[in-house]
Amino acid sequence: MTAEERLAALVEEVRHDPAALPLASARAARVVGRGPGLDGRRIEDVARSRLLVTACEAVGPDGAADVVAAQYAVGDADERRAVLLALPELADRGLGDGAVPVVLDALRTNDTRLVAAAMGPYAAAHLPADAWRHGVLKCLFTGVPLAAVADLDVRRDAELDRMVRAFAEEREAAGRDVPADAHRLLAAADR
Amino acid sequence: MRIFDPHIHMTSRTTDDYEAMHAAGVRAVVEPAFWLGQPRTSVGSFVDYFDGLLGWERFRAAQFGIAHHATIALNPKEANDPRLLEVLDLLPRYLEKDGVVAVGEVGFDSMTDAEEKVMVRQLELAGEHDLPVMVHTPHRDKVAGTRRTLEIVGQVGLPPERVLVDHLNEKTVDLVDDAGCWAGFSVYPDTKMDEDRMVAILDRRGLDRVLVNSAADWGRSDPLKTYRTGQAMLAGGYSDDDVDRVLWRNPVTFYGQSGRLLLDDVADDAGDFAGNTLQRGEPLAPGGAATAGSEG
Repeated sequence: MTAEERLAALVEEVRHDPAALPLASARAARVVGRGPGLDGRRIEDVARSRLLVTACEAVGPDGAADVVAAQYAVGDADERRAVLLALPELADRGLGDGAVPVVLDALRTNDTRLVAAAMGPYAAAHLPADAWRHGVLKCLFTGVPLAAVADLDVRRDAELDRMVRAFAEEREAAGRDVPADAHRLLAAADR
Repeated sequence: MRIFDPHIHMTSRTTDDYEAMHAAGVRAVVEPAFWLGQPRTSVGSFVDYFDGLLGWERFRAAQFGIAHHATIALNPKEANDPRLLEVLDLLPRYLEKDGVVAVGEVGFDSMTDAEEKVMVRQLELAGEHDLPVMVHTPHRDKVAGTRRTLEIVGQVGLPPERVLVDHLNEKTVDLVDDAGCWAGFSVYPDTKMDEDRMVAILDRRGLDRVLVNSAADWGRSDPLKTYRTGQAMLAGGYSDDDVDRVLWRNPVTFYGQSGRLLLDDVADDAGDFAGNTLQRGEPLAPGGAATAGSEG
């Protein structure tokens, strides 16, 4: 069986029984595959995201937020990343703002894999301004490239620029390096 | 020297330890779930602990170039607290996770009926989830505890090559060897086992089915005891290949039985161990998830 076929079998399992999602997600990398895929995304992320979307469809729009919260709660860090990566797709399918608590949870961690995944298009569209700004700042703090932040140019505002400038000044006062991403953001702000 | 520490409680260690371990050649570890010194009082504490083992600690280790795995279980001491028995109901979901390479630590502390009941149930879970088992032997009344442990393992019917019996010494190693299980030794600064006694045991019984660990935790312990044992082996006339077998290939063989080792990220550093890591899957079609869910 190809990876696609193995994934299709797991997807069918979850479609028939959405309660099978936690175990299917836990096994997904071993069953389907692991590592970089053709489109720059990791195979296990793609597989787990597809399983989550399937479970959300199976329970209908009203149940999607609960499925997302539950799967995030029982997932390990890799599985949680896959939940975060699936959010933009689920937003249009009834999830709406329902996964904001999950994104905020991810932004409270110091796990850069989760912080980066949390700041995608779903965060850009649904996070309140204060939380979103702190998410950007957290990326700078923890070394996550700002390329991970979706719609940075659209959502940035004077308050974010002020926060980043203060961050850069603090680093300079300490004789520490300022991330190149912070310089770029501030240079754009000065234009 | 490449080193796989098959038993170390990194949650209790510092980043200095991680740096020193990497410098000494440690590229992979297994962290067994155990008690925290302070007894827990609720099931929720275990959820956070298990999540931490699979989440934050794995991430922390990766920052230092070390692949971190875990074993998951309700430990023998806390098996005696009736408030915590529901931890057994949590285990099935954790025992399906990547990087969970065994059920453990299970075993005896004070050899109570409650401990035995919990051990038997967890040995059964190992069978149900196709995982090896790491068994802790008691610090007090160790010979009797080891003998009873091996009887129970036999009764449950687990294949002996999938069972690691840990914290052994001169008085218990033969029991475990005779049973065909893997023999684990925790090399400590001044208690369970030391480097020179370890080499003497290897001289006597050979290098098969043996694992050497530091079992470093929040007590007086040393995360470099694996490295120092390797040095003691070399001083005792063993070859580099012998050391590699004991400190790397043996743990890879034992825990590789889980099919859940996560060694790909340290592969360049640690050399070839084909066949023992998780499968590298072939790529899914591009855009797979973008169209996900809408198909079929």
